[in-house]
Amino acid sequence: MTTDADRLTVVTTASPTRKRVISIVSHALLIIASILMLYPLLWLLAASFRPENEIFTSGISVLPSINWNLDSYVRGWNGLRVSFGQLFLNSFVISGLSVIGNVMACSLAAYAFARLEFAGRRFWFAMMLMTLMLPYQVTLIPQYVLFLNMGWVNTFLPLVVPKFLAADAFFIFLMVQFFRGIPKELDEAARMDGAGPWRIYWKIILPLSTPVLATAAIFTFIWTWDDFFGPLIYLSDLRQYTVMLGLRTFVDSTGMSDYGGMFAMSVLALVPIFAFFLFFQRLLIEGIATTGMKR
Amino acid sequence: MATQVDTSNATPTGVAAPSYWRGVWENHAPGYLFLLPWFIGFFGLTIGPILTSLYLSFTHFDLLTAPRWAGMDNYVRMFTNDPKFAASMRVTFIFVIFSVPLKLAFALGVALLLNRGMRGLSIYRALFYLPSLLGASVAIAILWRQIFAGNGLVNQVLATFGIIGPSWISNPNTSLWTLIILAIWQFGSPMIIFLAGLRQIPQDMYEAASLDGASRWRQFWKITLPMLTPVVFFNAIIQTIEAFKSFTPSFIISGGTGGPINSTLFYTLYLYNEAFGFFRMGYASALAWVLLIIVAAFTAFSFLTSKFWVHYDD
Repeated sequence: MTTDADRLTVVTTASPTRKRVISIVSHALLIIASILMLYPLLWLLAASFRPENEIFTSGISVLPSINWNLDSYVRGWNGLRVSFGQLFLNSFVISGLSVIGNVMACSLAAYAFARLEFAGRRFWFAMMLMTLMLPYQVTLIPQYVLFLNMGWVNTFLPLVVPKFLAADAFFIFLMVQFFRGIPKELDEAARMDGAGPWRIYWKIILPLSTPVLATAAIFTFIWTWDDFFGPLIYLSDLRQYTVMLGLRTFVDSTGMSDYGGMFAMSVLALVPIFAFFLFFQRLLIEGIATTGMKR
Repeated sequence: MATQVDTSNATPTGVAAPSYWRGVWENHAPGYLFLLPWFIGFFGLTIGPILTSLYLSFTHFDLLTAPRWAGMDNYVRMFTNDPKFAASMRVTFIFVIFSVPLKLAFALGVALLLNRGMRGLSIYRALFYLPSLLGASVAIAILWRQIFAGNGLVNQVLATFGIIGPSWISNPNTSLWTLIILAIWQFGSPMIIFLAGLRQIPQDMYEAASLDGASRWRQFWKITLPMLTPVVFFNAIIQTIEAFKSFTPSFIISGGTGGPINSTLFYTLYLYNEAFGFFRMGYASALAWVLLIIVAAFTAFSFLTSKFWVHYDD
């Protein structure tokens, strides 16, 4: 924050009054932009608590209705043949397993790329970077055929197992950047004491890397939670649906008659992501900023 | 070059052969062991499937019977006799061409405003970032569908000014624009990357420029923008690839059809419908390969031209 203040004094050579005007105008612009951007979200939240007959008669208001109630939540929760409780459980299981898989597999690979010397390291690292750019459609159909032949379709396995094989190369990249910043002297001292690569990985690198591991865990959770395409393809039994898949079914079957229930479940679907945003905002923002900077 | 074996640790002459090989093993095996899960995924889930889909793109394949060799049929049909392919290409390119530059312009504009040492920077930054974080969700696509519906939020706002708006999502002239606006709404993550980039610019450059009497406007064009080109480049590539891959919003807003009149038929949605709606897996593989070639060509072109406009100071 101090650097921001320094910058202001350095960059701005204008007179104090002019500076003040510029500052007020900037704040006004930013506040208007914030309100415009967040308005739809506030509207959704307000609508989810309104009685059904008020949703479209209350216009653009985001103020809570005096007749507010939880009817939409109750209706929405039981709006499909399977309770939304089951869908939330499914989403949590898939996202939780994905987090474990991604953190384990990607940190192993990242440690090898960042710290170990072996023939072909640069080549494999370049290969890993190439997969970052790859549109998933190009592996989609053979993967589907593979999982179909293994009998995995309509289970969670196609959604979870790839995470244990470090298929999300983005997180390898993220961790490599972080591991490279850990002083090499620590490894060398440990090696002097007879520690092998595994001990160094487990006792030195991982404990010092909690910020990046947490960032990877949170992003994995959010992306898996939000994922629509994977579940759409691999899950066909309603009892195994994720929340996002359930929402879509909701739109198809009852949504056109029960807007309240649909909005209420949409709000609930966003709650876990919003919770991560509230508690780990700094970590998320730093994660984006640091990976973005490495060109 | 990469496969040459590093023997420097293992050579003193006169050392017995077994210990030489042990040295090689000890030097190189750990790396491969740590990479083992990634290798399984890389070959089993990436390289193998890529090659398989290349093969499938030259076949007719319905998932139930074995693939039948079709030669160039799929590709010929795509480029000569498939109006839906042409429509989906058009829709996707319009989406990319408008959503990416506008999103980046918003991201850069807000980042510049925030970077002036604004009080409350972290609050603004968080607020602007929130849509990026939530935006990929089906829940937001559902909300968007409501906002631009005939009785939706946008038209209610217009109604207060006495304007009766159309149903934006069921009008083929405007439906794609609702998706472009949804993409622009998520300008938060490139904005964060721009902010981080702006902080890397050495302050003494601005001091020197101020002493020489350069205006703010001139400083922006002569210092800020050139110094920021690596970040612009990075953001442009990432966002363009993401835009090409976008699927969920068009699926939800059009109910999976890409309608009205194919106006929101994203390429990925067309591919999905061909593969999992009609089980034309061979044709869908060919579509996937065309997408891969487009993305690869775009990336290669960007990197090749980058030396003419991206500023690398190190």
